[in-house]
Parts: sequence; C-alpha cells; structure tokens
Amino acid sequence: MSDADAMEIPPQPSALRLIATLGGIAVMSGLLVVSTVQLTAPRIAENRRVALERAVFSVLPGAVRRESYRVDETGVVQTEANANLYAGYDESGALIGYALEGAARGYQDVVRLLYGFDPETETVIGMTVLQSTETPGLGDKIIHDEAFHENFRLLDVSRPVEVVKAGEKTEPWQIDGISGATVSSQAVGEAIRRGAEQREAVLTFHRADRADPIDPTDRTEEGGTQ
Amino acid sequence: MSKSEAITLQTFTQGLWKENPVFVMMLGLCPVLAVTNTAMNSLAMGVATTFVLVCSGFLVSLLRHVIPKQVRIASYIIIIATFVTMADYLIQAISLDLYQALGAFIQLIVVNCIILGRAEAYASKNGPLKAVVNGAGMGLGFTFALLCLGVVREVLGSGSLFGLQVMPDAFQPWSIFVLPPGAFFVLAFWLMLFAWIEERKRKGGKAA
Repeated sequence: MSDADAMEIPPQPSALRLIATLGGIAVMSGLLVVSTVQLTAPRIAENRRVALERAVFSVLPGAVRRESYRVDETGVVQTEANANLYAGYDESGALIGYALEGAARGYQDVVRLLYGFDPETETVIGMTVLQSTETPGLGDKIIHDEAFHENFRLLDVSRPVEVVKAGEKTEPWQIDGISGATVSSQAVGEAIRRGAEQREAVLTFHRADRADPIDPTDRTEEGGTQ
Repeated sequence: MSKSEAITLQTFTQGLWKENPVFVMMLGLCPVLAVTNTAMNSLAMGVATTFVLVCSGFLVSLLRHVIPKQVRIASYIIIIATFVTMADYLIQAISLDLYQALGAFIQLIVVNCIILGRAEAYASKNGPLKAVVNGAGMGLGFTFALLCLGVVREVLGSGSLFGLQVMPDAFQPWSIFVLPPGAFFVLAFWLMLFAWIEERKRKGGKAA
C-alpha cells in the first residue's frame, strides 16, 4: 500500500514551497549548529589550552608556567594569539627553556612537533609530537617510543642534527632512528634541523632579554649567571 | 501510513542482528575499515553515528509531511550534516585526543549510507518515536560491528584493549592488524562467522 502511495506522482509543488522548505530547514540547521558552537566553544578552548600546556611542559621538564611569543623573520614578539614560541619557567621563576614548533613531511603527511630548547647550552631537552598520521605500529613509534625520545633529552643543536640508524649514535648532535620507521624518524630530525633560523632568532631575543636591565621581573637575576 | 503499527521489540532489534548494517547489509564499510584500529576509536565512532542516526531520524520523521518529495534528499542531507557538525564539536569538547584519532571520519558520517538509508527508507515513513527506536537499534548494531573489529584489531595489533595492555610482554604485536589490510582480514573473518551462524540456524530450522 505505502509503496503505491509513494509511486503516485503528487501535483508539482510551487517552486516557492520548495525554496521555503529548504530555507526553513537550513535556518533551523544554522540555529542548531550555532548554538552547539556557542555551547562548546569554552570547553574546546579550554581543551586546547590544556593540550598546549601539557605539550609545552612535557618538552620543558620542570616548567610550571609559560609565556607565549611569536617568532618569525622579524624577530620575537610577545603575543597570545597565534603564538609559536613558549618560554617555560619553573616554580622559582627561572627560565627552563623555550618550546618551539617544528614540522616536516613524514611518510604519509606532515609531522608537527614541539621541542624544548635550552638557549644556554643550545640543546634540545624534550620533544613531543603534536600531529602525525604516520603508520600505526611503525611510523607512529615516533610518538611514544622511549628509546627514540631518549635522543631528545640532551641533543646538541648548535650544529645540524643528523638522524642515524638505530644504535649508531656516537655524537651529541645525532639522533638514533627507529628501525622500521626510518622516514618518520628522518622527518623528526628534519623538523628540528629546519628550526635553526628560528632558534637563532630566539637566541638573539634571549640574550637581549637577559641583558636588559630594565626588565623588572625576577628573571633578571638569572641573567647574572650568564 | 503505518502510524497505527505499534513499536515492537522488532523495531529495535532489527538493526542489531537481522538487518545489522555492517554484517548483513554491508553498509558503511568505509568507517568500519578505517577507524577500527583501536576499540576506543570504534566505540566513539559508533556512538557518534548512533547520535546522528537517532537525531536525524527523529527530525526527518517529524518533518515527513512537510518536506516535498522533490527536495527530500537535499533536506535529509542538511539535517544529517547539522547533527554531524554538532557531533564534531561535541567530540572536540569531550576530548581533543579522540578527535584527532578519528580525524576526518567524523565529518564523513554525513555520507554514511546507513544514515541516509534510514532517513529515506524508515524515518520518512514512520512516526518520530518509531524512527528514534529503530535508529537507536541500527546505531547500536553499527557500534557492535565496529567493536567486533576494533577489539580484535587492537588486541592482536597492539596487544592492548581500550589502551590497557592485555597481552603478556612477550607478545609481539601483529602490526598488520592495525594497518589497513588487517581491517579487511578481520572483517572477512567476522563475515564468515556470521554467515556460518546463519547457515546453521537455517539448517537447524529445516531439521526441526
């Protein structure tokens, strides 16, 4: 019965009716989406902040407070919006280092990561992968592999870093790759290598910041130890 | 219309077993293969799809006398896309890690044929309550199927279940199971199992 009903061709409704129906549904849909966005926006912003902070603090061991900056060709400026450089401080307010973003093409897509940079020794002191679509079980080892992350506890970046085969690391600027994840390990190395210019800008900023006697914060006492 | 028909258990269980969207109707295989590399992803995907199925079923059914036939598909797609966008934001609010793990597949729920199929074949012909019950059943059936794959793939491919290690340390994970080919293998084995059960049931029924 209902099949026959469906087959029966009803009189063609006016174009106005069709437009009105679609328009009505679109308006309703818009309202629903906008209210969802409004409702979830604070939670999402909070989630992003927590995720960022977790990442920053994980690459700067001991950091409990951060300041956001933006680094580009023109130098370093303090900003909260579209920041890509974070300074991490420990409980006493001493600078632990800077967290920088890096990116390079991996096996499937771009690997984005965040790494901690100690300007005093010019070393990387921590690394975490922010985004990757590397092959599960192989390339995605760059995210959690303990031995691989050991490379980034103290990695000399005063010269170009090199990724070598697993277990062949002999110099402080070399990274032991992961066997079976060569391309992904290379991508991590490349991302850090490419950050050389940024690190240079950060170093310049860091030295100027330390030397600046007007800076009223307690960070200046750290400058005396330089 | 079949408005007078009462909601029966059948309305709900239809999607769970007899017309299971994945194992019987073979619909929505794209997310089934793509996001079932862990049990958690499977569950989240199933829940998100169920949410969209139930909400869009309800709205489509409510508007079934208002929407002219000529623009019904366009209308259904807008309605489905609305709920998918809502699910997208809700997941971001719940967990960013989960959101990243599911990637583009949340947005792709829009083109999941199970949902449009339900809207066209069921919700547009039945009352809102029936549509919701049926949608929930279908959604659960889909979730069940996703979990069937997700659990096997995570245990064999990563040696864990919902992120917790369940296999002994000596177990060497079979990476192939979390890679795309593994999805096909596991799906094939489940389909074989279901076909075998159906076959037995049919033979048993004849004998009796």
